[in-house]
Amino acid sequence: MTRLTRSAISVEALLGEVQGPERGGTCVFLGTVRSGDDVTGIEYSAYDDMALAEINRMLAEAEERWPDARVTLRHRLGLVPVGEASIAIAAAAPHREAAFAACRYVIEEVKKRLPIWKKELHADGSGTWVDPSGKQVAGGLQ
Amino acid sequence: MAQVTVRFFARYAELTGCETADVLVSGNSATVQDVLERVRETVPGARNLPARPLAALNLRQVKLDARVSDGDELALLPPLSGG
Repeated sequence: MTRLTRSAISVEALLGEVQGPERGGTCVFLGTVRSGDDVTGIEYSAYDDMALAEINRMLAEAEERWPDARVTLRHRLGLVPVGEASIAIAAAAPHREAAFAACRYVIEEVKKRLPIWKKELHADGSGTWVDPSGKQVAGGLQ
Repeated sequence: MAQVTVRFFARYAELTGCETADVLVSGNSATVQDVLERVRETVPGARNLPARPLAALNLRQVKLDARVSDGDELALLPPLSGG
């Protein structure tokens, strides 16, 4: 299975990986590209080998913390238009507390650890690398 | 001597104009910081990299005082913005 994909994310496929008759609570987190500042889409790029290794590590950590939970994740790469999901996380557990907690754990670790970068693309054709510390820097050579 | 493959991503690839560079550092006790200094000396545009970038050695984030070995892959990571 490809956890990094250049195609639209299928939430149904994620649910199929985590749901089971003994797991009564399922939590899904979707991160979608939002509009604003003339943003038409976001171009995602990754350090693929490390991103895949980190995803495996964080999913394993989540299932170690919540042993009855099953968690999976997809992250999209390439151009993602406004309104489409760039990331989806699904967690299922016998009860909702563990499902919510495992899902929350993974998205927070993604923000801290996943070597993926986004460049906002604007209606005028310009691009801006996003720095989550709040600073934005113009794209292109300097 | 130890040869380290340095990889640049996203904005850092734009700053340096390349995605990868092989760097030689001397001795058995060279660190990520030493590699970084060699990169600044040898890769055009690398002087514009921040003083203390995020670094990953062989697919794991490390501090700049981590030791490097021959054949290692060092990645310089702009501020992460996945999700």
